[in-house]
Amino acid sequence: MLAYAVRRLFGAIPTIFVIIAISFFMIRLAPGGPFSLERPLPANIMRNLEAIYHLDKPLMVQFWIYLQNLVQGNLGPSMVYRDLSVAEIIGSGLPVSIQFGGAAILLALVVGGVLGSYAALKQNQMSDYSVMAIAMVGITIPNFVMAPLLQLILGVELGWLPVGGWGEGAFRNKVLPVIALALPQVAVVARLTRGSMIEVLRTNPIRTARAKGLPERIVIGRHALRAALLPVVSYLGPAAAALLTGSVVIETIFGVPGVGRLFVQGALNRDYTLVMGTVILIACFIVIFNLLVDLIYGVLDPKVRYD
Amino acid sequence: MSLLAVENLEVRFDTADGEVCAVNDVSFSVEPGETLGIVGESGSGKSQVFFAVMGLLAANGRARGKVRFRDTDLLGMPVSQLNTIRGAHLSMIFQDPMTSLNPYLRVSKQMTEVLVQHQHKSEQDARRIAIELLERVQIPEAARRFDQYPHEFSGGMRQRVMIAMALLCQPDLLIADEPTTALDVTVQAQILDLLAQLRDTLNTAIILISHDFGVVAGLCERVAVMYAGRIVETAPVREIFYRPQHPYTRGLLQSLPRLDADDHQELPTIPGQPPNLQSLGEGCAFSERCPLVQPHCLTDRPLLRQIAEDHSKACHRDLAA
Ligand SMILES: Nc1ncnc2c1ncn2[C@@H]1O[C@H](COP(=O)(O)OP(=O)(O)OP(=O)(O)O)[C@@H](O)[C@H]1O
Ligand code: SF4
Ligand SMILES: [Mg+2]
Repeated sequence: MLAYAVRRLFGAIPTIFVIIAISFFMIRLAPGGPFSLERPLPANIMRNLEAIYHLDKPLMVQFWIYLQNLVQGNLGPSMVYRDLSVAEIIGSGLPVSIQFGGAAILLALVVGGVLGSYAALKQNQMSDYSVMAIAMVGITIPNFVMAPLLQLILGVELGWLPVGGWGEGAFRNKVLPVIALALPQVAVVARLTRGSMIEVLRTNPIRTARAKGLPERIVIGRHALRAALLPVVSYLGPAAAALLTGSVVIETIFGVPGVGRLFVQGALNRDYTLVMGTVILIACFIVIFNLLVDLIYGVLDPKVRYD
Repeated sequence: MSLLAVENLEVRFDTADGEVCAVNDVSFSVEPGETLGIVGESGSGKSQVFFAVMGLLAANGRARGKVRFRDTDLLGMPVSQLNTIRGAHLSMIFQDPMTSLNPYLRVSKQMTEVLVQHQHKSEQDARRIAIELLERVQIPEAARRFDQYPHEFSGGMRQRVMIAMALLCQPDLLIADEPTTALDVTVQAQILDLLAQLRDTLNTAIILISHDFGVVAGLCERVAVMYAGRIVETAPVREIFYRPQHPYTRGLLQSLPRLDADDHQELPTIPGQPPNLQSLGEGCAFSERCPLVQPHCLTDRPLLRQIAEDHSKACHRDLAA
C-alpha cells in the first residue's frame, strides 16, 4: 500500500507540471501586470521593479527561473505585498481554509449521509419527497445567490449570526460561511446516498441478511451501509474540488481570510507569484486527496488490491 | 400438526404496466423431516412462494393467504417477531451462490452474527460452532479459511458456506432454492449428496426448488409441479415419475435426458412460452401449449382435485396411465 501511494504521488508530477505551465503563461497573458496601477509609475521605477522580478526577461526564461526556485521549495516573494513571501501569505491562509473546508466536507458527509439513508428507508413516502425536494433546491441554487440569501435571512433579518468577517475564527462567525459552502454538497451527498442505498437494499446479500432474521438496524448498519457508501467515497474527490471552487466565492463574500480569497486577490492584483503559489497548493491538495480517497475505498472494499 | 402449511397463497406485484399475478391460490404442507420438491419452468413462481413465506418479497410485492409455521401465522406477523423465526427455525438458501453472501464482510462475521442474534452465544462459542459446521459441509481447512472474504471462495464453496449458515441454529425446515443450478455438474452432485446427508443425520425437513426433475427425484419424497403461479400436480416422486397425470408434467418428464435414449435423438421440449402473468385468462393457463386441449379448457379453470390417494392434479381430462 505504501509503495502504491508513493507510485501514485510520483505519477502525479507530470500533471502538476502541466498545471504549473498553463497557469504561468495564462496569468501573464491577462492584460496588465502587478505594477500597472491607476496612476502609472514613472518609467525608470517600473523598469527597476521589472528587473527585480525578472519581468523584463523573455517568458521562457522567466518560467525557467520560476521552476528553478520552485524545485528548491521557494515560491518567491509576493509582487504586491512586497515585504511578504508567497509562502508566508499562504501559510497564514492555509489553516483557515483547512478548518473551513474540513468542517464543510464533514457537514456534507454526515448530514447528507443521514438524510439520504433516511429518505431511502422511507422511499416514495412524504418524508422522502421532502428531503429530495430540498436537496434539489440545494443543488440548483448557485452559491453566489445562496450565500447572500443566508446573510439576509439569518444575519440581517433574524440577526442570529454575524453577516461576515472571521472574528479571529470565533464559532459564531464560522457557522454561516460553512453552511453556505457545504449546502450544495449536503444535497449531492444526500441524493447519492439515497440512490445507492435503494440499490443496495435490493441486492441479494441484503435478502440473505433478512433471511437470517437479523434486525433491521443490523441489516442497514452492518450489511447495507458500507456498500451504499462506496459511491459517496468515490464522490469525495469531485466534492473536494467543488468545495475548493466554492470556497473562492464564499471566502470572498464572507471575508474569510483563507486561500480562496488570496487566490481571488492575487488574480485581481496580477500578483503572479501569489496566484502561482495558490494554484500549486490546490493542485497538490487535489492529488493527495484523491489518493486518500482511493486508500479509503480499499479499506471499505476487501476486493481492492494495490498491486 | 404440519410443520409448514401454506393455504391459498397469492403473490401480486405492482408494476408500471399493471399487476403481475406471480403466485395464485397455492396450498401445500410439509411434515417434520419430510422432503418436498417444487418443480417448474423459469418464471413459474417457485421462488416467490418461498419469498412470501420468508417475508422477503420485493417492495412492490404483496402476499395474501395463510402461511402457518407450526402454529403461528407468518404472513400477518410483525417483522420483529418474524425475525425470531427466520434464520433460526426456518432457513433458506438461494439460487445464486455467487452473490448471496455479503462481499464486504468476512465469512466468520456473517456466520457468527446468526448465533449471536438467535442464541445469544458469545463470539468465541459462535466461532467454534460455525467452524464445526463448515467442516461438516466439507469446506477444506475450514478453520484457516474462516476469516476470509466470500470472493476468496469458489461458487461451490460459497454455496456450502450458505448451507452451513442456514443450518447454524438447527432449523426444522430448510428451503433450498435451486441450490445447484449455478454450479457445474460434479459440484452439483456433491451439494445434493450433502443435503441428503444432512436430512438423514439432522432430520431437517427440506424443500428443494428446481426446474430439473432429475435433481428433485434424487432427494425428495414428494413433488409439487408449478405452472404459471399454480400447483398443477402433486404426488409422491415415484408416482409422478411412473404415472404423470398432467399434460404439463408429462411434457417436463419427456424433456429429461435419459440414459437409455439414442444419443442422436433430439430431446423433445414443450413448444410455446409460459403465459404472461399480467393477463391470465379465464381458463387453464397451460391451454395454449397443451396437446390435449379441449374447448372448455379455455373457459373453465381446472382446480386441483384428488385423482388417487396422495395424488392431485389441476386438469379437466383424465389421462390413461
Ligand atoms: N419485483 C417484481 N416485480 C414484478 N414481477 C416480479 C417481481 N419479482 C418476480 N416477478 C415475477 O414473478 C414471476 C415468478 O418469479 P419467480 O422468481 O418465482 O420464478 P421462478 O419459478 O423462481 O423462476 P426461476 O427458475 O427463474 O428462478 C416471474 O414472472 C417474475 O417476472
Ligand atoms: S385442463 Fe385442458 S388445457 Fe389444461 S392441461 Fe388439462 S387438458 Fe390441457
Ligand atoms: Mg427462482
